[in-house]
Amino acid sequence: MSAFLTVDNLSASIRGNIRQRVLRSVSFSIDTGEVLGLVGESGAGKSMIGKAILGILPSAVEVVEGEIQLDGHNLMAMKQADRRRLIGATAALIPQDPLTALNPSRRIEPQITNRLVDILGWSKRDARLRALELLDEVHIDNPERVMGSYPHELSGGMRQRVLIASAFAANPKLVVADEPTTALDVTVQKQILRLIRELQTRHETAMVFVTHDLGVVSKVCQRLSVLYGGMVVESSDVPAFFGGPGHAYSRALLAATPKYTDPEASLLPVDEAVIAQVSGEVLAADEGWRHGA
Amino acid sequence: MALEDSLFSVSGLEVALPDMAAKPVFGRAPLIQILKGINLEITRGSVLGIVGGSGSGKSTLGRALLRLLEPTGGTIRFDGQDITHLNEDALRPIRRRMQMIFQDPMSSLNPRRRVGAIIADPLLMHEFDAIDARVDDALDHVGLPRGFKSRYPHELSGGQRQRVGIARAIALKPEFILADEIVSGLDVSSQAQVLNVLDNLVKELGLTLAFISHDLSVIRRLCDRVMVLNRGEIAEFANTDRLFAAPQSAYTRELMDAIPLPDPNQANW
Amino acid sequence: MLDGRGTLKRRAGARLWLSGIWLGVMALLALFAPLVSPHDPLTQDLFAGRLPPFWVEGADPAYLLGTDSLGRDVLSRIIHGARIAFSVALVAGIATALVGSLLGLLAGYMRGWVDVVISRLVDIWMAFPPVLFAILLIAVLGTGLTSIIIAIVVIDWTRFCRVVRAEAMNQSAMDYVSSAVVAGRPRMDILWREILPNVLPTIVALLTLEMGIAVIVEAILSFVNLSISSDAPTWGGMIAEGRTSIYQAWWVLAFPLGVLFLTVLSFSQFGEGLKDRFDPVLR
Repeated sequence: MSAFLTVDNLSASIRGNIRQRVLRSVSFSIDTGEVLGLVGESGAGKSMIGKAILGILPSAVEVVEGEIQLDGHNLMAMKQADRRRLIGATAALIPQDPLTALNPSRRIEPQITNRLVDILGWSKRDARLRALELLDEVHIDNPERVMGSYPHELSGGMRQRVLIASAFAANPKLVVADEPTTALDVTVQKQILRLIRELQTRHETAMVFVTHDLGVVSKVCQRLSVLYGGMVVESSDVPAFFGGPGHAYSRALLAATPKYTDPEASLLPVDEAVIAQVSGEVLAADEGWRHGA
Repeated sequence: MALEDSLFSVSGLEVALPDMAAKPVFGRAPLIQILKGINLEITRGSVLGIVGGSGSGKSTLGRALLRLLEPTGGTIRFDGQDITHLNEDALRPIRRRMQMIFQDPMSSLNPRRRVGAIIADPLLMHEFDAIDARVDDALDHVGLPRGFKSRYPHELSGGQRQRVGIARAIALKPEFILADEIVSGLDVSSQAQVLNVLDNLVKELGLTLAFISHDLSVIRRLCDRVMVLNRGEIAEFANTDRLFAAPQSAYTRELMDAIPLPDPNQANW
Repeated sequence: MLDGRGTLKRRAGARLWLSGIWLGVMALLALFAPLVSPHDPLTQDLFAGRLPPFWVEGADPAYLLGTDSLGRDVLSRIIHGARIAFSVALVAGIATALVGSLLGLLAGYMRGWVDVVISRLVDIWMAFPPVLFAILLIAVLGTGLTSIIIAIVVIDWTRFCRVVRAEAMNQSAMDYVSSAVVAGRPRMDILWREILPNVLPTIVALLTLEMGIAVIVEAILSFVNLSISSDAPTWGGMIAEGRTSIYQAWWVLAFPLGVLFLTVLSFSQFGEGLKDRFDPVLR
């Protein structure tokens, strides 16, 4: 039995310019019930991978090589409509910005239930009961009231709970979380991370967790891939990684991450030589890819 | 009551802002009290950290210190002078002595002006001489090449932009600098660089600095004293070492516990 | 640093070029109208009435786009009409932009009572039906080019005022304005030196749109004979005349209408193209 999600040798380029890769031969796989962290700084391509899996890449970017296997189906070989249907039924997204991800002019209830009714063909009554159950599951005290509210009437943490509830509504087997706590206060972030972990464990969901924060990775992921320039620099198990990363860039990233408990060993600037080394590796990979292609 | 070496002396500071969300159709919006009586001394040459969650009033406090806002109660003394209700004309000579570095370097640098002009601008305003030399000097101090003078902000990386923001602030040789969440929008690798630059400048130029952040790790790296704000009130105010060794207030402990350390075995998670 | 996002390029401005070329050609024709037009636009030749354009049978090659019922050359009248259209577009457009943007900037930046007064004025102003307003104004001021220009400014300044006010408010909330305050820059100085350059692209886009609108308004007023003397070659006047003889001589209506359409379209496309092209800030 192979993994639930397999991304194999995935490359994406700026449309019309195949040489300009934004993802460089990315490979990884995730089993059911497993959380993989995709870590990197801005521009590393980490969000791009999540978008490629869900088929929501920006129009300026196209996949030029590689395969994505979701639950035994080869996404790249499927017709667009079939692929949409498969992704709609098995996968969900927890977005970064809880403010823009909810439609400001609609109440919460239809925003959770619409997908169940329209795509999965549930009855309105079932969908409503499921929504109430979910809001309860994400620890919202008064689900009835929240269902009738508009997004602006809820706090940021509350909105993110609603989005999580909505993501888990159709029992997805894969969830892509794209920086889901970046816009939140630390105290709220902790609650939300715990909530995501709780739901993920209970539903045995496979999860791609995109973040720039190694601290967050250490809390929710079992494995991680460090990205630079759209290339996987290092993949590792979480305990092994935080015991001592293998790649110089990962080590530099970890040393730059803030740790209030150990001011001497945190917030260290990344050495120019390390950047030069990893940039060199990316260029070398491009060189080899051009010759291969 | 101001101490001999106190640069800022704040007592009973209150700030209220109109709450536009609750504004009735007719009439004025009700005021919400953002700061509820803050007392604070900032001694010359010290680095003060101001920390708190969103809605704690930390940015409002900073902006009131610089008189970008007018307080509704209490007094602010800068170097002995009461500046609580001074108007903009009376403030102008004092403005040279207190500068600010902003959270979002993209929005705080005018996108249509070149870096050189952005740094030179305050100098021109306050009729400094040898402006070119001062701009070069400021760029040197923050470790940016002098050639950056002819670039536009959008041609720089986030960390570089923030260093331009620092260069602009120090070019005037101010006595006081307010840094408002200046690394929260940056990648961790640039964060470390910007903090190092600031740390060195404080030591070199003998600056007094107030550093606002939501991140205790960053505060610990830079500050001598820490004020923890919660809903417009001081939750705790202590020397940095003591605060981290033995936090007194429950809110401080909650903040600390909530920070995800890069360690899979952190307690309470 | 390696970062793919910076390489995303904007599409080349085909519409900027097409509209710019059309406007440039029209402007040159207008400028040198007496030199380039093959005939006097006012000379009537009743023996050469309703001659069709050159490719239709029975045409006189001296009249490329044919003649109207009074035997006046359509091409020459279009070229001379461009003079009037472009003068109105330029003068009325710029005057409207100046008045509206100034008030909008003041309202958006100063806020307080200044904003209240200006915004209320705009609200009241926009409650008048514009065409009625224009006809009323012309009735009071008398017909003529100046009256048309004044009418356009008086009616359309609100368009600039509202948009510029909103944009000035946005920009005022940016930190670079706070940082200018911290630097000790006087208040009005901040408006001119910091905010205006950032609102300028919006003003320019609106300005070209307004120029197109001015051309239309002039045509409408000529059409209902409220512009300058009915003899003078205006596009609107030509369209009105061509309407009466559309079955006998379609070209008298079709050519000025086509030119009017393309010119107005070009103005709006030119503005959009400029905004895309010259906004260096990647938002």
